Amino acid sequence: MKILIAGGGKIGSALTEQLSGEGHELTVIDFDADVLEFIQEKYDVITVYGNAASMAVLEMADVASADLLVAATDRDEVNMLACLTAHRINPNLTTIGRIRNPEYRYQAYEMKDVFGLSLVVNPEQRAAHEIARLLKYPGFLSIDTFAKGNADIVELKVDAKSPLKNKSLSQLPSIIHTKVLVCAVQRDGSIIMPDGNFRIQENDLLFITAATENLTHLLRNLGIIAKQAKRVLIMGGGKISYYLIQELKDTGMHCTVVEQDRARCDELASLLPEATIVEGDASSQEFLDKEGVGQSDAVVTLTGLDELNIVISLYAHTRNVSQVITKLSHAENNKILNSLEIGSVISPKELSSYSIVRYVRAMQNQEGSAITVHRIAGGKIEAIEFEVKEDTKYIGETLRNIKTRNDALICCIISHGRIEIPSGSSKYGVGDTLVIVTSSSGRIRQLNDVFGE
Amino acid sequence: MRYAMNYKLIGRIIASLLVLEALFMVPAWGISILHHETNGAFAFLKSQLIILIAAAVLWVITRNYSHNFYAKEGLVTTGFAWIALSLLGALPFYISREIPSYIDALFEMVSGFTTTGSSILARVEDLDFGILYWRSFSHWVGGMGVLVFLLAVVPLSGKNEGFTLHILRAESPGPSVGKLVPRMRQTAMILYLIYVGLTVLDMLFLLLGGMSVFDAVCTAFGTAGTGGFGVHSDSLAGYSPYLQNVTTVFMLLFGINFSCYYLLLLRRFKEVFFDEELRLYVIIVLSSIAIIAWNIRGLYGSLEEVLRHAGFQVATVISTTGYATTDFDLWPSLSKAILLFLMLSGACAGSTGGGMKVARLLLLMKSLRRNFHANLHPSEVRKVRMNGSAVDEKVINNVNGYLIAYAAIVVVSFLVISIDGFSMETNFSAVMATFNNIGPGFNAVGPTCNFSAYSPLSKLVMIIDMLAGRLEILPILVLFSRSTWMKN
Repeated sequence: MKILIAGGGKIGSALTEQLSGEGHELTVIDFDADVLEFIQEKYDVITVYGNAASMAVLEMADVASADLLVAATDRDEVNMLACLTAHRINPNLTTIGRIRNPEYRYQAYEMKDVFGLSLVVNPEQRAAHEIARLLKYPGFLSIDTFAKGNADIVELKVDAKSPLKNKSLSQLPSIIHTKVLVCAVQRDGSIIMPDGNFRIQENDLLFITAATENLTHLLRNLGIIAKQAKRVLIMGGGKISYYLIQELKDTGMHCTVVEQDRARCDELASLLPEATIVEGDASSQEFLDKEGVGQSDAVVTLTGLDELNIVISLYAHTRNVSQVITKLSHAENNKILNSLEIGSVISPKELSSYSIVRYVRAMQNQEGSAITVHRIAGGKIEAIEFEVKEDTKYIGETLRNIKTRNDALICCIISHGRIEIPSGSSKYGVGDTLVIVTSSSGRIRQLNDVFGE
Repeated sequence: MRYAMNYKLIGRIIASLLVLEALFMVPAWGISILHHETNGAFAFLKSQLIILIAAAVLWVITRNYSHNFYAKEGLVTTGFAWIALSLLGALPFYISREIPSYIDALFEMVSGFTTTGSSILARVEDLDFGILYWRSFSHWVGGMGVLVFLLAVVPLSGKNEGFTLHILRAESPGPSVGKLVPRMRQTAMILYLIYVGLTVLDMLFLLLGGMSVFDAVCTAFGTAGTGGFGVHSDSLAGYSPYLQNVTTVFMLLFGINFSCYYLLLLRRFKEVFFDEELRLYVIIVLSSIAIIAWNIRGLYGSLEEVLRHAGFQVATVISTTGYATTDFDLWPSLSKAILLFLMLSGACAGSTGGGMKVARLLLLMKSLRRNFHANLHPSEVRKVRMNGSAVDEKVINNVNGYLIAYAAIVVVSFLVISIDGFSMETNFSAVMATFNNIGPGFNAVGPTCNFSAYSPLSKLVMIIDMLAGRLEILPILVLFSRSTWMKN
């Protein structure tokens, strides 16, 4: 597909890397020549200098023959105008706009047609939604949902007290008593696709496939107290905090926001009567103690500085806060982070670029292309949902007779709405949905790529 | 600290290029067989074997390469690739003993790949058909670029997939090289498709004029690459006026920026029509023909003949081809001075022609005008504009730097080859003709003469000049720079 990306910032470059790697023809528009030079030298794309909302620039980028425009500049107004203008030049164009200002939230949705927007992406809202989901399921570091919300891949860290420690995977059913599948393990930063003899060690990160209805069983049988947080402490009063509090409104959790800027505190206090707004410096440990870090059930660090978020999260961990969520804007793939106790990591950039990539893949709508794609463990693992078509290989075979790639695994079969965690005797038929987990990114484009040559 | 250069990936690319060169020799080998030239056929077979062994060795020692590839690697790859291709491409000449001295064979090969067309041979009719074909084919593939060909046929993808841009920039001529479409592979394919299309068209026109198939193929190759190796000692003088005129038109066409043809295919006629470089190119061509025709009006019998020779010689020099239909060394000095200026200006950027390029000339004139204004009115902020938009200051700096490097190379080369004791005019025009990839110069290296009289040292200097001229100096110059090779 011919895709225009307006804005070569955080999301723009993450998208460029992903979409160019998937074989699309990309044109990147930005008004910073250095950014363009950098992108052009790194990826096989063409660049156009200028304001993406201007008709002349869009025409220079050949919008008339493009299939998709992703407007991801740092200004909402420019993004909206770019989509509007581009859509006027080329009515067949699909447009995705990044609109992040809460003030435009409803307007962008209500006026979608006017602006020619096919999809509105709000990184902060996406991040808030993700954080809210984690808060609702404490005990997991991350949750990725498949099969219209009926199956999940959850991430668990094996700590010193875990009953799974030093057990082999074949012993798992006798401990957990529910059908789950460990589809990947991250140990010391590298990914292992385990078999039955694999022995779990302390500090392993397990990625487990389970039906959503079994998640509470899983937690209980692992001895993890699945008590939803009551007191949530949020550091930083930015947009994510605003959306998060909105999401948590009716869950019975009480939120306290720590924000340094007095004016922003006033603003939040008038917008969010249900939350407690505290003016203060989140980097001061004394202040955090005074605000009761130790008594909180969950700490979410959402300040604008990655370093500060990491430090606060580490401190919260030492004060025995049971759930810690850290937002990282730049350092999400830093290897050092694996060894730090900073709980779940949320990256707004990756979340929204993945949701755009997912949309693009759905647009392609070719035979056998993926329904959804999730990137897990900082992009080291991909979980892809495929529908079984007539031309899929090995229909009706039992799984133990099927040879798959060494780095890929069928970890869930959804047949007529029923979730099956597969074993050697499982089969699939036409119309079923399979969830594939692979440790090699971008290799599996179609379902038949899963099977070895 | 500087990073270490990625020799392994460079070696990988050169290895694939060598395989490509061995493949390119297959038709030449076939032609040798067809004409029962066993000596030539064996020479090609042996050369192919040596090239493939060299490629295999390179391939094996460059396993486990990393993907880091930046501007420096792009320049070094291009420089090395061209040197390696020339060193090995000269083997058939040498092995077949058609050119007994290796330095002469190398000169001939470099002259072919760089589309110069300067020869050390007195009588090309003495050469085998296979060898003649290989000489002309080297023009064709050198014209658009071997690495660009590689980019079109082999998917050189890696983690840093954008690295191919560095190669395109290093190999393609012009002050600011960019892609036509987002994908490098498609860009390279489009360029080659236009190139092949125009070449075939040229061949058809030549065949229609009654030229033999072999002559038509070789002449079209020489025209397309703006090279200039002919298959006859008198170049194109022996052909009919129709064939000469067809070649005049096609030489001029191949001197035009190929992105203009792409725009024409996209039906964006306006942009082509208002292209400043193209306009200047047309103006230079037409006015040069007019002045020369007036200047040589007494030398030929009819007006048709005057115009035909003036047109052909202007086209051959500005497009830096180097064919000839008449001995322009006998022309009056005004005409020769104009031809010397055309040698310097060269063809358009992004064409197969050499020289300084009309676009650079245009930018130089414009930036000179700006400097002039800046002296008269110091507080005024002015931008150099090209085709309506402001030109990046980096490009202007590069063009100014290019001029300095250009002048320096001309001066140094001129000094070194003067050791051989030929006349000033001969030496200067020899440097201009090789460095600008034209072919023949004036006087002792004029259209009816050749370069064989120079000493091996002078030939080596001119070999470097030809490579530097074709690759626009930088890729060759960095090979001589200490900072390229320093580890840290």
